[in-house]
Amino acid sequence: MRRWLVQPEFKVERDLERCIQCQVCVRQCANDVHSYDEEDEQVSSDGACCVGCHRCATLCPTGAISISRSQLEFKPNANWTPESIRNVYKQAEGGGVLLSAMGTDRPWRVYWDHLLLNASQVTNPSIDPLREPMELVTYLGRKPDQIRVERGPDGKVRLATEITPQLKLQTPIMFSAMSYGSISYNASQALARAAKAAGTFANTGEGGLHPDFRQYASNMIVQVASGRFGVDPDYLNVAAAVEIKIGQGAKPGIGGHLPGEKVDAAISRTRMIPQGSDAISPAPHHDIYSIEDLRQLIYAIKETTQHRKPVSVKIAAVHNVSAIASGAVRAGADIVAIDGLRGGTGAAPTTIRDNVGIPIELALAAVDSRLREEGIRNQASIVAAGSFRSAADVAKAIALGADAVYIGTSACVAMGCHLCQRCYTGKCNWGIATQDPFLTKRLNPDVATRRLTNLLRGWSLEIKEMLGMMGVNAIESLRGNREHLRAVGLSDREMVILGVKPAGE
Amino acid sequence: MRIDATDLHYRDLNAKVRAALEAGERELVIENARGQRYIGTGVTCPQAKIEITGIPGNDLAAFTSGPRIVVRGNAQDAVGNTMNAGTLVIHGDAGDLLGHSMRGGTIYVKGSAGYRVGIHMKAYGQRFPVVVVGGAVKDYAGEYMAGGLLVVLGQGVPRDQSVAGRYVGTGMHNGEMWVRKPISAHQLGKEVGLVPIGDAEWEAFHGHLAPYGAEFGIDAGQFKRDDFVLLRPTSHRPYGTLYVY
Repeated sequence: MRRWLVQPEFKVERDLERCIQCQVCVRQCANDVHSYDEEDEQVSSDGACCVGCHRCATLCPTGAISISRSQLEFKPNANWTPESIRNVYKQAEGGGVLLSAMGTDRPWRVYWDHLLLNASQVTNPSIDPLREPMELVTYLGRKPDQIRVERGPDGKVRLATEITPQLKLQTPIMFSAMSYGSISYNASQALARAAKAAGTFANTGEGGLHPDFRQYASNMIVQVASGRFGVDPDYLNVAAAVEIKIGQGAKPGIGGHLPGEKVDAAISRTRMIPQGSDAISPAPHHDIYSIEDLRQLIYAIKETTQHRKPVSVKIAAVHNVSAIASGAVRAGADIVAIDGLRGGTGAAPTTIRDNVGIPIELALAAVDSRLREEGIRNQASIVAAGSFRSAADVAKAIALGADAVYIGTSACVAMGCHLCQRCYTGKCNWGIATQDPFLTKRLNPDVATRRLTNLLRGWSLEIKEMLGMMGVNAIESLRGNREHLRAVGLSDREMVILGVKPAGE
Repeated sequence: MRIDATDLHYRDLNAKVRAALEAGERELVIENARGQRYIGTGVTCPQAKIEITGIPGNDLAAFTSGPRIVVRGNAQDAVGNTMNAGTLVIHGDAGDLLGHSMRGGTIYVKGSAGYRVGIHMKAYGQRFPVVVVGGAVKDYAGEYMAGGLLVVLGQGVPRDQSVAGRYVGTGMHNGEMWVRKPISAHQLGKEVGLVPIGDAEWEAFHGHLAPYGAEFGIDAGQFKRDDFVLLRPTSHRPYGTLYVY
């Protein structure tokens, strides 16, 4: 749809010498950029509707299509960027809340890019991970204050301390909460299968658990969010762990609306709401107005699951995150997941996505420090989320104090996402963030599963390389070990919060 | 089977209840409840009957799917939180958050309930949650309601006083509420409207009052059509036009 005053973002060009009029582009574009004129027997393109997802250019058999930023430049203005001008046009026309998707695209500082890892030289020899075993196995859950052993009647020494339930991860990387509804059946299935194959966990989000995915439930974390969609005793008991979602990095403090048109028969069954009905998640949980209330829900879940599952509490990284995380731990959370400013979403008001919360790096360091100061760091594991783009980001997060990380955007990219940020339109040409059967069938779950396990394998190998290079042979030796990090280009205050020294010191 | 809850921690009490149900007991009496939380929470046995004397604590029958639980006294907050199926009968008052996010089952309260009653109740398939409060409720009743039936009968509340607080049905997008008159416009959320009560509506509603009356020995015939307002959401998509792309 062309809009008055709103300039197209992209220009789509077709090399007519290469184009063979095969119409692949016409069929592949759900945004109607390409069309075929039967009279002229000619394919043509209108860039006005292009979202920049590259589906057409990727599938064009002759490489005839190129996509570039629109050349129509506004007069350069450091204050009024083209985005801010376009947004005013859109709102002047539509009179509503601007919607966007994925993590913020604003140039907030990425602290990972200001932190450097250490390596061994001479005095502490590095280890070759190709020859030596490297341990990445990670246990998430409450750890005891102390370990007590006793001698049993058979004379053998045994553990006397009761160990509360733990999640065992083969690699400290899990798939973030993405609901069936926000993403397609095939994408959900691929995440669940990849988690099982790789010995890690996928998170259902607030979408309920599709009956077909119960076979992967031992590698799934189920979410209880403010809408309570799909939550019943069976849902809580079948999964490996239960996560109470308080907040999300892309939209801290606000709820969510899955529009009724996306609630088809299968999603209706999974969320346990009528077909076509809006799925409205209120901003708060209305049974949680305090830390005491959070404790009440945590223990309601523990009672329902007979204390056999770890309970995670997911919060967005906001100004007071360390006090909130401390409260969550004292409320009985076995895992605290923190989602940073750059975390992704299927839909969020742009102004919230781009302006609310704090970067995960600072939040993670602050929470880890605070829990250590309070002597309760062992009582919960910390899972960091909010844009991990590489194994190096993961390693740095673990050095800052994370027990594991959640990846969402990276997982989507592994499945083919091109970060066009239009998930909320339901027209994902890559078959990920859509329920349109014509589009969802483009994502082959076997291929997507393989690509996800490949990504986890690649990153795990890289983490092992990094451990060996630092002269340690277990992820535990890196965890919270900020001596392995040095900062470049950060202020003194930032380095204090991160607990790292400047490079050279 | 009788369980004396005196001096029992909720975990021990619930372990006893669970063990009894697993052993095949179907009728339990819990005596001297002293505010223990989570009684009946997560119980999925549809034949179980649990009677409680004393005062059960918060989250009575949270996530519950099936049993019939009768409380011979008052209950506290979050009764039937995210309940899936079953019947709860409270012979006294209930606290805040009665029936929060409930998907199915029935809750009858003889007395009054507190704030946020029936928030985000939802119906699905055969599941249709019903909450009937005999007395009055406070603010935010039926907020975000997405299905089911919420009733406030106003028994014992003088005829010139409202039986509900403010923000009734804010954000409601499905289901219906019946509230004894009077209720004034300023008490209603902007997403709900008054609907004329036809014969069909009244008969369907009255069908829910008979079992409620039978539970407490109240004559359901005393409730008259003119005594009530029927509230339904004005839109099933209250936030459908909120966004621009």
